[in-house]
Amino acid sequence: MRWIEVGYLEDIPRLGARVVRTTQGDVALFRTAGDEVFALRDQCPHKGGPLSQGIVHGRRVTCPLHNWVIELDTGTAVAPDEGRTACYPAKVERGVVSISLRHGELHKNA
Amino acid sequence: MREKLVLVGNGMAGVRTLEELLKIAPDKYDITVFGAEPYGNYNRILLSPVLAGEKTLDEIMLNDRQWYIDNGITLHCGTEVVWIDRARRRVVAADGGDVIYDRLVLATGSNPFVIPVPGKDLSGVVTFRDMHDVQTMIAAAKRYQHAVVIGGGLLGLEAANGLMRQGMSVTVVHIHETLMERQLDGMAGEMLRQSLEQRGMRFHMPAQTVEIVGEERVRGVRFQDGSELYADLVVMAAGIRPNIDLAKKSGIYCERGIVVNDTLQTYDPSIYAVGECVQHRNQTYGLVAPLFEQAKVCANHLAHFGYLRYQGSLTSTKLKVTGIELFSAGDFSGGEGREEIVLRDASQGTYKKLVIRANRIQGAVLYGDTVDGAWYFQLMRDGTDVAAFRDQLMFGQAHLGDAGHGGQNKAAAMSDHMEVCGCNGVCKGTIVKAITEKGLFTLEEVRAHTKASSSCGSCTGLVEQIMASVLGGGYTAAPKEKPLCKCTDHTHDDVRKAVREHRLLTIREVMDYFKWPNPDGCHVCRPALNYYLLCARPAEYQDDPQSRFINERAHANIQKDGTYSVVPRMWGGVTNSHELRTIADVVDKFNIPTVKVTGGQRIDLLGVKKEDLPAVWRELGKGGLVSGHAYGKALRTVKTCVGKEWCRFGTQDSTAMGIRLEKRTWGSWMPHKFKMAVSGCPRNCAEATIKDFGVVAVDSGWELHVGGNGGVKIRPTDLLGKVASEDEVEEYCCAFIQLYREEARYLERTAPWIERVGLAYVKQRVVEDAAERKALYARFIESQKYAQLDPWAQRAERAVQKHEFMPLMEVV
Repeated sequence: MRWIEVGYLEDIPRLGARVVRTTQGDVALFRTAGDEVFALRDQCPHKGGPLSQGIVHGRRVTCPLHNWVIELDTGTAVAPDEGRTACYPAKVERGVVSISLRHGELHKNA
Repeated sequence: MREKLVLVGNGMAGVRTLEELLKIAPDKYDITVFGAEPYGNYNRILLSPVLAGEKTLDEIMLNDRQWYIDNGITLHCGTEVVWIDRARRRVVAADGGDVIYDRLVLATGSNPFVIPVPGKDLSGVVTFRDMHDVQTMIAAAKRYQHAVVIGGGLLGLEAANGLMRQGMSVTVVHIHETLMERQLDGMAGEMLRQSLEQRGMRFHMPAQTVEIVGEERVRGVRFQDGSELYADLVVMAAGIRPNIDLAKKSGIYCERGIVVNDTLQTYDPSIYAVGECVQHRNQTYGLVAPLFEQAKVCANHLAHFGYLRYQGSLTSTKLKVTGIELFSAGDFSGGEGREEIVLRDASQGTYKKLVIRANRIQGAVLYGDTVDGAWYFQLMRDGTDVAAFRDQLMFGQAHLGDAGHGGQNKAAAMSDHMEVCGCNGVCKGTIVKAITEKGLFTLEEVRAHTKASSSCGSCTGLVEQIMASVLGGGYTAAPKEKPLCKCTDHTHDDVRKAVREHRLLTIREVMDYFKWPNPDGCHVCRPALNYYLLCARPAEYQDDPQSRFINERAHANIQKDGTYSVVPRMWGGVTNSHELRTIADVVDKFNIPTVKVTGGQRIDLLGVKKEDLPAVWRELGKGGLVSGHAYGKALRTVKTCVGKEWCRFGTQDSTAMGIRLEKRTWGSWMPHKFKMAVSGCPRNCAEATIKDFGVVAVDSGWELHVGGNGGVKIRPTDLLGKVASEDEVEEYCCAFIQLYREEARYLERTAPWIERVGLAYVKQRVVEDAAERKALYARFIESQKYAQLDPWAQRAERAVQKHEFMPLMEVV
C-alpha cells in the first residue's frame, strides 16, 4: 500500500473535516472527538453533497444537503437510507496524517 | 453472568418492550419469550385488512422467527405459561418445562368478551381477536352467506366490514342506540350508520341478544323482544377484557387488570406488566399508542436507567373502514361548565363537534372531514388555551393555505399515485406501503423511511391522516413534549432551564449534566445546545464552530453543487452606484456565474467557490459591504418601501426607520431566521404583515405587527400594538426579539412560537409591562456588543477560521 502524507492531525479540527484534492476527486478527512481520522470520498451517496462540510458526531457525519448520516469507517448510509460512498485507508503517526488512494476491494464504491 | 429476563406474551406490547430494551441495553439479559400463538409477533391492528382480504399474514409480520434468532432470544411459541412460581422465580409452561427469571414481564394482552348466553359455544360462533379467528372467519365466508356481528363498537364494525368484503351479507347487532357510543355522539353515530347502510351493512339495534340458536352449528340469534335473525356465522365482538388469569393464579394483585405503578411494576417488584392486560391509575388501554409508551418506560427500568415514568395516555380513535372518515378523542359528553361548538353540513356529509371547558378542548368528534383531528388532539393534550382563536377553531388549522400539496386535504379521497409530499415527491401509495411493509407506527418513522413530511412539513397533517387511516387508533401521535433530538428524552425546555440555573458553560457540560447517551450528540442537538448557551451567556460563551451548520460556519449558503452564495448587506434595501460597482467588479473578477435579486431586497451572488470566499469578502469589504447573514438563524433583512421621502401616500420615513432597525439588530443569533419590514403607509408595499416583525406607518405613528410568515404556511401577523415615536419602535422591536431569543425553541419560527405561547403572553411581556420591556431591551443591547462583529471582515482580514476555506493538501 502506498501511503501519502497529507498533513498534520492538528490541522483538522476536532469533530471537523478537511479536504484533500486528488486526481480522483476530493477526499474528505474527518477527525473524531477521540482523534481518530477517517477518509471518505467527499460525495454523499444520495445527491453528491460534500460530506466534508457536515457535522461530525461519534463516528458519523451528517451530510449538509439533506441530512443523510454516513458511517465514517465504512462510508455506508445509516438506515433507513441506503447507499455507500468510497472510503480510503487513513492513519495517524506521530501527528502526521497519511491516506492511501487505492481503496481496497472491501471499500469499493457501491 | 447475564441476568435472565422472561417475557410472557409474544404480542405487540411485549415485543416492543424488548425492542426498546435492546436499543438501550443490548447485552444486559438472556431473554426468553413465551407466546401462545404459533407465530412470531404480528401487527394485530392490521387484522381487519387481513379479514377484508387486503393483506396476508406475511405482510403484517413485525418480527419473524429470524428476528428472535438474530437477537439471541429463545422463543417458545405455541406454548402457554400456566403458573409463576414467584418464590423460586420461575415460570412453568403447559408442557411442563420451566424457566428461571431474574425479571419477568407479563404482556398477556386481552381476551374477547363472550356474552354469557345459551348457544355461545355452538360451532360457527367466533370471536375477533387473533389470526386464528380471522382464518376461521375467512374459511366460513367461503361456505356460508349470513353473518351476524354482535357489537357495534370499533371492533365489531371492522369485523362486519371485513366479512362484507369477503362476500357475506352482514347484520350488526348492537345493544345501544348509537354505534361506537363510547367514541361518538348520537349525531355522528347516525351519520356513520347511514353511510355503512349505503354500503350494504344492516343493523339491528338497540337489541339485546338472549340466545344463540342452533343444534350443532349456529342457525340464528334470538333477542329479548322475541325476534330472531337467521345466521350461519356469529361474531362476538362485544369488547375485550384484560387477560389476567395467569397473574391472578400466581397471586399477583389484580383488579380489572394487573395493577401496575408508574414504572409498570406489579405488586411483585421483580415482575413487570405492559399492554392490554395492565391496569394503570385505574385505566386500561386497548389501543396501540399507549402500549408503546408503556413499553418505552418499562424498558427504561429493565435497563436499570430508572428515570422515565408512565403517566397515562390520552387516546384518540379512528375507524379503519376504507372511505369512512371518523375521528374521536377525549370526553365529548355535555355537562356542567362544558360548551359545545358544532358544525354540521349534511350535503357534504360532514359533522364536527368540539367540547370546550375553561377555554380548553375536552373532546372532539369529527365525521366526514377529519383533517384537523391531529391538531385538535394536540391542543387537547397540551391543554392549550384556545380563547384567542376560538372563533376560527372550527375551521381548522387551515392546511389549505399550505403550499406544496395541491390543495389536497383529505387523504381518503386521494388515489395511491397522488403526491402527498411536494418537497420529496412522495405519493400516498408509497407511504401506505411503507407503513404496512416496514411496520411503522410513528410520524418520525414514516419521515425516516419515506422522507414524506421531512422537509418543509406542510404535508404533516395529510401524512398523519394516512397513518391514522391505515393504523386506526394504533398510530402514535407526537408526544406531548418532544425530546430535543433522538439522542435524549429531555426536552428543549429542560435543557434551557438547566443552562440558566446550573451555570453550564459548554456543550460538554450540558451533555454531562443530562448524561447524553451519544458522547458528542448529533447534528440536531449540537446546534441547539450551542445556541442556548450563546443566548444565555453572550459574554462568556465560546462559540463552537463544529456545532454549527455549515452555512453559519462558512458564513455563506451552501448550494446543491457544493459552491456557496454570497449576499452582502444593503441596509433597508437601499444601495448606490458605488456599492453596485463594487459588486459588479467582484462578479467579473471571480467569474461569479449568477447574480440574482432576492425576495428581501438584496443582491445574491451565486456559485462562489469556497476557497474564493475570503477574497470575495475582502473585495466587497473594500467597497464598504458587510455580511448580510442570509445564511444564518439570525436577522436576515429589513425590507422597506420608499416612504414619505418620495411616495405621495407615505406617512412616515419608512426607509430610515428600516435602516435604523437593521443597524440595531444585525448580527444577533436567534432560534431561527428572522425577517422584518417597514411600510410607509397601510398600502403596505413592504409586505410587513407577513414578517416576523413588521412595522406599518400610519399618520399618527407606527403599528407593530409580529409573528407573520410568508412561507410554507402563510400566516398574517398579529398586531402587537401601536407606538408614536421611532425610539419606541426600536425599543419594542428589540424587546420582542429578545423574548423570542430567550424563550422560543431552537428552529421554531416566531409564528409557531406565538401560537404556542399565545399573543396575550407576548403582549404582556413586551407591551403591558414597561419595566419588563426595558429589561428585555437592555439584555438585547448587551448581547449585541458581542454579536455585532462583521464575520466576513474577520475572516478576510484577520484570517479567523482560516482552515475552513483551504484544502489540507493537493495531491497531484
